Amino acid sequence: MTILKTTLTTTAAVAAMTVAAQAADCPVKVGVLHSLSGTMAISETTLKDTMLMLIEQQNAKGGVLGCEIEPVVVDPASDWPLFAEKARELLTVHDVDVIFGNWTSVSRKSVLPVIEELNGLLFYPVQYEGEESSKNVFYTGAAPNQQAIPATDYFLEELGVEKFALLGTDYVYPRTTNNILESYLQDKGIAADDIFVNYTPFGHSDWSKIVADVVALGADGKKVGVISTINGDANIGFYKELAAAGISADDIPVVAFSVGEEELSGLDTSNLVGHLAAWNYFQSAESDANTEWVAAWKARMGEERVTNDPMEAHYIGFNMWVNAAEAAGTTDVDAVRTAMYGQEFPNLTGGTAVMLPNHHLAKPVLIGEILEDGQFDIISQTEEVPGDAWTDFLPESAVLKSDWKDLGCGMYNTETASCVQMNSNY
Amino acid sequence: MPNTFLTRTPSNVIFLIVLAAFALGVTVLAEGSGIGVISTSFVKTLGKTLCLALVAVAMDLVWGYTGILSLGHFAFFGLGGYMIGMWLMYARTHGIVVSSMADAPIPPTEGEIVEAIGNQIFGVVGSSEFPLVWAFADSFTIQLILVVAVPGLLALVFGWLAFRSRVTGVYLSILTQAMTLALALYLFQNDSGLRGNNGLSGLQNLPGLDHVPQAQISIWFFWASAAALALGYVFAAWLVSGKFGSVMRGIRDNEARVRFLGYSVEGYKLFVFTATAMIAGVAGALYYPQAGIINPAEIAPIASIYLAVWVAIGGRGRLYGAAIGAVFVSLVSSWFTGGQAPDLNLGFYTLKWVDWWLIVLGFSFVLVTLFAPKGIGGLVDLWTDRKSPDRHEADLGPDAGALREQEASQ
Amino acid sequence: MKRPLLAGLLVLLTTLTAWAQSTPMQDILQKHSDLIVKSSRKTIEPAIQGVAASGLPQAQDVMQAWQAKAMWMRKADGLFFRGEKLDSKTYRLFDFDTGAKVGDVPKSDLKQIKPNSGIRAMIATALVQFQLMDPDPVLRAEALSAIERAPDGKLLEPLRASIEGETDLVLKTRKIRIERLLTIAYDQDETTRIAAINEMSDDLGLDVRATLNPLVTTTLTAFAGDVPNTVNVARVLEPDQDSLSSDAAYEVLVAQGMAPAQITRDDIRTALLEHSDGADAGGVPIAQLNTDAARARAYAALTDAGLVPPLVTDADVAASLGTHSFAEVYDEPSAAITTAAQDALDRITTRVAAGQAVDLTLDALSLVSIYFLAAIGLAITFGVMGVINMAHGEFIMMGAYTGYVVQQMVPNHTVSILMAVPLAFAVTFAAGVAMERLVIRWLYNRPLETLLATFGISIALQQLAKNIFGTQARPLTAPGWLDGAWVLNDVVSISYIRIAIFVLALIFLGVFLFIMRRTRLGLETRAVTQNRSMAASMGINPERVNMLTFGLGSGIAGIAGVAIGLFAKVTSELGSDYIVQSFMTVVVGGVGNIWGTLAGATMIGFFQKGVEWLNPSNTLAAQTYMIVFIIIFIQFRPRGIIALKGRAAGD
Repeated sequence: MTILKTTLTTTAAVAAMTVAAQAADCPVKVGVLHSLSGTMAISETTLKDTMLMLIEQQNAKGGVLGCEIEPVVVDPASDWPLFAEKARELLTVHDVDVIFGNWTSVSRKSVLPVIEELNGLLFYPVQYEGEESSKNVFYTGAAPNQQAIPATDYFLEELGVEKFALLGTDYVYPRTTNNILESYLQDKGIAADDIFVNYTPFGHSDWSKIVADVVALGADGKKVGVISTINGDANIGFYKELAAAGISADDIPVVAFSVGEEELSGLDTSNLVGHLAAWNYFQSAESDANTEWVAAWKARMGEERVTNDPMEAHYIGFNMWVNAAEAAGTTDVDAVRTAMYGQEFPNLTGGTAVMLPNHHLAKPVLIGEILEDGQFDIISQTEEVPGDAWTDFLPESAVLKSDWKDLGCGMYNTETASCVQMNSNY
Repeated sequence: MPNTFLTRTPSNVIFLIVLAAFALGVTVLAEGSGIGVISTSFVKTLGKTLCLALVAVAMDLVWGYTGILSLGHFAFFGLGGYMIGMWLMYARTHGIVVSSMADAPIPPTEGEIVEAIGNQIFGVVGSSEFPLVWAFADSFTIQLILVVAVPGLLALVFGWLAFRSRVTGVYLSILTQAMTLALALYLFQNDSGLRGNNGLSGLQNLPGLDHVPQAQISIWFFWASAAALALGYVFAAWLVSGKFGSVMRGIRDNEARVRFLGYSVEGYKLFVFTATAMIAGVAGALYYPQAGIINPAEIAPIASIYLAVWVAIGGRGRLYGAAIGAVFVSLVSSWFTGGQAPDLNLGFYTLKWVDWWLIVLGFSFVLVTLFAPKGIGGLVDLWTDRKSPDRHEADLGPDAGALREQEASQ
Repeated sequence: MKRPLLAGLLVLLTTLTAWAQSTPMQDILQKHSDLIVKSSRKTIEPAIQGVAASGLPQAQDVMQAWQAKAMWMRKADGLFFRGEKLDSKTYRLFDFDTGAKVGDVPKSDLKQIKPNSGIRAMIATALVQFQLMDPDPVLRAEALSAIERAPDGKLLEPLRASIEGETDLVLKTRKIRIERLLTIAYDQDETTRIAAINEMSDDLGLDVRATLNPLVTTTLTAFAGDVPNTVNVARVLEPDQDSLSSDAAYEVLVAQGMAPAQITRDDIRTALLEHSDGADAGGVPIAQLNTDAARARAYAALTDAGLVPPLVTDADVAASLGTHSFAEVYDEPSAAITTAAQDALDRITTRVAAGQAVDLTLDALSLVSIYFLAAIGLAITFGVMGVINMAHGEFIMMGAYTGYVVQQMVPNHTVSILMAVPLAFAVTFAAGVAMERLVIRWLYNRPLETLLATFGISIALQQLAKNIFGTQARPLTAPGWLDGAWVLNDVVSISYIRIAIFVLALIFLGVFLFIMRRTRLGLETRAVTQNRSMAASMGINPERVNMLTFGLGSGIAGIAGVAIGLFAKVTSELGSDYIVQSFMTVVVGGVGNIWGTLAGATMIGFFQKGVEWLNPSNTLAAQTYMIVFIIIFIQFRPRGIIALKGRAAGD
């Protein structure tokens, strides 16, 4: 009887598989929505190449659901409205099954209404400010509690920093992150006067005054630390000024959330040794999977190219999507989404990433010190931290919770036990 | 046919007929209203392009007819978008908040609703207070008035200051560019209360019309854009047809002489500058709900320079030229940068248009200014066999506009 | 289960090894093995103390190796060794106790102990007692840095003891200074401390302020009745005056438990929720509770029923404030010390303020020189020739990229910069001449169209740079002798690279003046600018003059590009960052006059730094207000600060 049952189930399963394989239209199309021109091309082109490499590797393994995967690459040209237009084009004209894309928060906000309207699926690979949860987006980058909060803890506990300078580029990620950190630090007993906040424009280059201000913070005998959410090119001027002022990491440590291997490659790092960065991945992570990944990347793109955190996010996201599609037996968005919850995939730093019902990953937090060669020396690695869409450190969002699996709601108010909204308010 | 300002110039009639035919054709082919050959995203693109054509017509009035090279009209365009965006965002959030609070144990007070809306809109940038600029965001009518009033007022104040102190020519261009830059930088700040770099998003979802598919909304906006362009065009044609138009051209060709003839040059300039700013505001208010998001990057000085370039390529000093320029350049640009254009294999090097299009575009400005100052509109002259007068290489005046004499004879 | 077993094994192993030979240091390390491997500042203390207090001669070496991340653990047996890198895969291990070579081991069998910088600082502090008297002056200096970074009362005695024998004069001064600071902070004797405070009261050092400020920290405290004279009061505050709002004062009372907390709107809502019976709360139907007035009524009813605490009215607040007094109380009990410290700080603060003004001026001057440098080429092409060159920024970018390319080929930074400057000039000079010949000369009487055509060139060049060099920023590294900063004291300092840019700007000013006033080209340029046809009839070739002048302006832009690339970054957007600013510099200053450009740059630079000083947390605002200021300024002086008069002004 048992044998019969097993056989039956197996047959049924095999039959289901075959049906599913036929159900999925071959080829399976994967949209890649990264800027290939304009200001963001610096960062996003790398991710496009990552996606192409991942798809190629997967096709070599036989694709997904027995189908070849076909990448559809479009260029939204760092133009935010164009992101929405291209997303619509991907979903309606090209009929892609899933989209991997975006870097900046504003581009994600631009794409959100389109994805939600057309019930698409987006994998977003970059660390971001949280305070958002969309049914149609999987956030494979770090939420604030997976990067900013652990790094701040590290400052407080390991470096004994008592006074904080929060320097950021004036846009939404630094603004929100600094807000969360301000509130968090005050919870930890840091006085409001001991938190200095400064915002600079994109590409800012004149840092002397700001660096002098930061140095002057030390006048009351407290140890000063800088938490930098400075974005992109502006970092170059900032670090040059820091080096010129002779500020060593032992005096005033700087931890950056937007500076990775890629950004450091435009910089002479000999004067920056010892300053810090917090990510979920560094190229220097020691694991077999990572060695293989770095080697494949260098073989494809050239010896001087480096890997970084958003690339790992795509690596995990894409593989999880493939597994979820196999598990669901179809590339249908709703089925794949359901199959995504609880998906596990080994990450490149040696642990296992898990997809949570709030569409975020559980990932370890790594803190690295900058080395002479532009790489990072990992000096701290936590256990996997579950990503939190709504931060616990701001009163308005502490009561909110995202659970798409059981509650079916991305913005659930635990106080009033009601779902605030189903669609995002962008 | 009655001899009105419209019919006197055949190009006006032709333009309006072509526009009507185009609108009709798109309606028939579109997904939301017809047989579905044209996708919704392309209908949106076409609708947006019509808005760009409208702002280009406004630019032509200012530059092509009055000789003021304003590098600030895209700022007015953006302001219009911001004004309508505030209402769209407020009203949509209001709907969400009210419905989510409906089953709260105690009904919310007015103050709590406003606070919750503020929290939703500004929570992302870490505040829940409504800045002063949002004072009227709950009123559709007032925001609609502001769509023209805010750009108009800014243009009025700026123009009054600039024209009064006789800032002209390239100085004025640089000054308008500075104004644009200042506005963009101001809006980039979170403290400005318009959500900084993120801007206003989700504008394509009209409040209370959640059940209407985007295919339908896109065609509505397309019609609205076409109607606005037609109206704006007729207004512009009327403005340049009469004595007012002659004074405008006079100011362009020799400001001092017009002044000596007793005309209030400053008054005329101020009127044109302000009126076109308002038209730009209207165009922006129609454009951004189709684009879905407005943020300060839209207002950056380069956008206004592109506007001037469209007008130049289309042909200054003729209204249809400006419209054609805007439509042609923006559509061709999006075709090339969209990755649809096939790569060009030169044997030794494969030319990827995504990378090389801007270079081609840049050099085509140079070629147009050097060899075809009349722009695409000049092709029409070839066809109608019109020639510009031979000036024997004499100085063409402060601004060598196209076809001055032909216009004067009309 | 596994852990104790392992630990047991370890103990066994350790005992075995100990039996084989005496290994006291290894024993200590093994004792703290868990802590060392865990490597957290919170828990590491016993391990460091264990090593430091061991009294073993090898303790210093162990800690130095540990600090330098040169301590390795053999995975097989958990023993610690000093490791030296042989190649990327192999390390040579040395025993801590004997110093003997243990063997060459593959990296995969080892675990590196990576103390973070917090732990490294603790090790450094522990090392101080060994290093203060070390024969190696480098180590002695390191010890002093460690004390400076983490001052500690325990180090005062060893430091004092070490001053006597110090031979190095620089180090001796440093030691004395640090001794004074430690005395202020930690000495037991009050008079000694006050003496030290007075001694240091004319010192601008950050460390002095860092030592004095903790002595004068205050806490805002409320007292029932008058302020008692048993506490060390900094100043008495009157609510609603003296920068203490009554709200803030009341909060202090609430925090000290001296008054009931105020009831907020949220509190009312929560209370109503708590006391609602589903249909109404406080006698008011729930459906009507959608106004503040109705809620207040309901709450009042609840108060009357004694269910909730009453509202705190303004009168209550005023009454509570009236019966209490508020004072800022020094955390340091001794009034003599706080007075001395406060006096010293007051004196220092005045001087610091002066220093900051000087520093801000230096910053502003540096910004001025950068703006001037970026604009000087434009002052020639736009100011003198009247040509609007929107591609000017791209010439700056070309200069910067030239610097980058040269640096790729010539590895020596000094030589490469010296080569880059003339090369950048040559490249952009050629580009400028080509542009003038091909485009601009056809458009001399159509200035607005020059603007468009050069804008086209600008976007084409920018994209071309992207295609060639990629969008990633490229490094342009300054030579070593430009690293660092000229430090006058802890307040006033400026980086050498900025000084170099300042000097470069001065040189260009001189060169420009020389060319315009003393050379034939300058004479001809001025002639052509004033009256082209007259100049032509005097035998000047205006075509040639225009070409050379334009080339000169472009060439200078190229050199400016090298300078700007050195201090900021090299990207394809480098030029567009400066173009609008540069135009405004020239326009504000007054077209056609180099002094005007200088004045424009000065005004813009100082204004921007001024706004930054007023609003240090938002640099973007400074730029916005600067532009608004320029727009308004132009209204009043449309021809700029230094307007040309007479015929040269033209129209």
